[in-house]
Amino acid sequence: MIYSLIGNYSLILGLITGLILFYLSFKNFQNPKLLNSQILSFTFFQLFFVLVSFICLILSFVVSDFSNETVFNNSHTTKPLFYKISGTWGNHEGSLLLWLLVLTLFIYIFLLKTKNQSVKYKILTLVFQQIIIVGFFVFLIKTSNPFNYLFPIPAEGLGLNPILQDPALAIHPPILYLGYVGSSIIFSSVLAASCLKIVNSSWAIHIKKWILTSWIFLTLGILLGSIWAYYELGWGGFWFWDPVENVSLMPWIALTTLLHCILVLERKSILTSWVVILSIATFTLSMCGTFLVRSGILNSVHTFANDPERGLFILIFLFILIFLSLCIFFFFHKDENKKFQSFFWLSKETSILINNWFMMYFLSVVLIGTVYPIFLDVITSEKISVGPPFYHKLMLPFLIPFLLMMAIGPRLKWIKSKLDNKIYLISLLSISILFSFLILNFFNQKILINTVLISSGLYLFFITLRDFFISKNKNLSQNFAHFGFSLLILSILFNNLFSSEIITNLKVGETFENGDTKIIFKSINQKKEKNYNSIIANFKIQNSNGKKDEFFPELRIYNQPVIATSEADIKTTIMQDKFIVINLVQNQDFFNVRYQVKPLMVWIWLSVLLIASGGLISFLKKRL
Amino acid sequence: MKILNIILLISYIIFFNNALAEEQDKKNKITKNLRCLICQGQSIYDSDSEFANSLKILVDKKIEEGLTDDQIYQYFKDKYGDWILYDPGLNKNTYILWLLPLLLFLVGGAIIYKNFIAKK
Amino acid sequence: MKKKLPPFILTLVLGVIFIIFYKGLGDTNIYMPENTKHYDVPVFNTKEFNSNINFSSSEIFELDKTYLLNIWSSWCVPCRQEHPLLMNLKKSEEINIVGLNYKDNKKNAENFLKELGNPYNKIFTDLDGTTAIELGAYGVPESFLIHNNRIIKKYIGPLNKQVINEIKKTIK
Repeated sequence: MIYSLIGNYSLILGLITGLILFYLSFKNFQNPKLLNSQILSFTFFQLFFVLVSFICLILSFVVSDFSNETVFNNSHTTKPLFYKISGTWGNHEGSLLLWLLVLTLFIYIFLLKTKNQSVKYKILTLVFQQIIIVGFFVFLIKTSNPFNYLFPIPAEGLGLNPILQDPALAIHPPILYLGYVGSSIIFSSVLAASCLKIVNSSWAIHIKKWILTSWIFLTLGILLGSIWAYYELGWGGFWFWDPVENVSLMPWIALTTLLHCILVLERKSILTSWVVILSIATFTLSMCGTFLVRSGILNSVHTFANDPERGLFILIFLFILIFLSLCIFFFFHKDENKKFQSFFWLSKETSILINNWFMMYFLSVVLIGTVYPIFLDVITSEKISVGPPFYHKLMLPFLIPFLLMMAIGPRLKWIKSKLDNKIYLISLLSISILFSFLILNFFNQKILINTVLISSGLYLFFITLRDFFISKNKNLSQNFAHFGFSLLILSILFNNLFSSEIITNLKVGETFENGDTKIIFKSINQKKEKNYNSIIANFKIQNSNGKKDEFFPELRIYNQPVIATSEADIKTTIMQDKFIVINLVQNQDFFNVRYQVKPLMVWIWLSVLLIASGGLISFLKKRL
Repeated sequence: MKILNIILLISYIIFFNNALAEEQDKKNKITKNLRCLICQGQSIYDSDSEFANSLKILVDKKIEEGLTDDQIYQYFKDKYGDWILYDPGLNKNTYILWLLPLLLFLVGGAIIYKNFIAKK
Repeated sequence: MKKKLPPFILTLVLGVIFIIFYKGLGDTNIYMPENTKHYDVPVFNTKEFNSNINFSSSEIFELDKTYLLNIWSSWCVPCRQEHPLLMNLKKSEEINIVGLNYKDNKKNAENFLKELGNPYNKIFTDLDGTTAIELGAYGVPESFLIHNNRIIKKYIGPLNKQVINEIKKTIK
């Protein structure tokens, strides 16, 4: 109770601090010789208030204070402490509070760490960031206050959705939000820089760190979400082109594009308009994602509480921000000096432009695929589904030239370049084609596009691999990221092509046998845990080469709320994952057993880590 | 590097020497493209709901009856509407969906060419 | 690059997007089928509940008669709730109620009928749930109003008093 009270007032104080900050900024802006020290301290206060609020909410969860509506809706006394805490951000109200925490944290660090930029720029960035922060404060307090009071006080909470009771998903939201919200700093600072007309090389160098920070967290956040989906949703996939996944992918694509584009801006002051648009787009897409997910306008496997009022608020807020940023863009932003010459067709600039071109295409595919059903429904009230086949058909053909460009692009020099070592570039290409042809032919896969895709993936793989050992001008971060990407594409392709599965119905004691796999359903046991009861099955699976594995997939029945889930048992090795999951069949005494062999799963995760580490290297690198 | 690839290749030969039956492939392809109506957001292939299980059996039956993929899709579309298909075919409702990204791609290419490459 | 696009076109586009999102907010995001479409009863084969004799759909539904086809199962909780309504309907109206026993085992189904009464003129079995899908059903419970071998109304989920009244009106 006391925590809710403190938390609530702390939130209001945070909002007031935001308003004070507006006032201070305007005062300081008229006399911008020195950054007013009050601004820094008030920014800190704001962070402090939000932090207090957040800690209060965590404490409310820890002590299971059911007079708090959020706690009542999302917790239960029997939950393990870890999930009581992670339940704090596993719900709408708490996760918005987390948003706010990250927003205030980032602007504080921004003010603290930005040294070489003008005071005016810092203040303006703060103002734009405060517009976002105050908007979120109002949103939080008005439509989704995490400290709503319940009376009479319920004796017990409703519990946390079992599929959220999972370690990966406990840390997934904070990391993802660091990425999402990190883009707010890019948004604010690009608006500030536009107003002051300082979108140039030195600004690019300064903002690159922020882009990288945001990008790394977003990459890791998506990775965690994907891993979670793989083992928790229980059907062995890791990416479903589900709207909620798409909305996290869209800012990622925009950020990646921005990251490449900023490289050009670092060296020459060109493409400034494009950088501004991309920066605005990144944050807009994050916000748009929040809107699509929270408003319940989309149909998705991931469930959130839907409330049209919240959706409306975010929608209006989102459009105000878009409108504001467009106004600034059109009024203040002047295009780069006209004296710039055209790009030579074979140069790093051109290759980055082409990267941008393809990335924007991928982004438009994801965006249109995600929102199109909404549009069609509103306009013609026809309902359609846009699923994986759509994305695959539109993206895979374009991935081929994209991969080839990824291999060649980084080898080009700025301004004007010619391809060195043509012989080895071509010989590697032919080796890749040969390999992919051999591999696929061997497994009777005769689809042309697969061969070509794998060839181009292998090509990128070989070239980046070679660059690790023999390259004159080493760009380790780029090399890591591109190598990771080639590995990612190859693992996903091989995983798709060579996954095998057995679906069968078995009773305890029965054995299933086909060609080279023998599945023995040995026994079932029961287990009682604090927050669930489970049935653990014991399987023995024998391969033709005599290798035996024991598996223990589970069926869990959570008590609060009562929901049954299937927990897969996964044996991971370097080369492949073995994945087994069981399901109850209504009114029958057998279980539905699904056994999958999925090659190279672990490489999918590792390659994403490699991509992220490329970003990290760039972040840590001292500029020469 | 080549050695690495040979190792890779050999390991594939060891691990995946089971050629998949074609019919199973066809069934998987179809069920992956059908959306579960009860557990909205999953495909029939991924779902284990009662509805999805029955639908899988029916897909099997239809394949046995010798229907082509398109006939099977049409069969379910007649019963449950376009919504059940994950792959929205090209029709009057989806021209924009399919063509807009491609159009944007072309426009983007034109802008790049005009502004950066061919500029005198 | 897009700078040359006149700002007002952009504003217009954004305005349209805003309106569409705004309208989309009001709609439910859970897909519900249209249940007003009339269509012919699909052709299917099924087995009679007691005798296990094969029947085809054309033998079950005679022309110019009205039927209520009800999909039920002993393990389905809402079926238990709607069952008394079916019993009442049977008593008060001249209507053929046909049951389709969905993914059930015979013993449980018989016990269910013994306990709550049997409103059905005929019962057929659907062991693997495929007949229900042939009919275009979503699950249990679900009911179809059939006249002249056409499905004129589909009720997804348990029946309630309001629906029963609607059915009574339609029959008359």
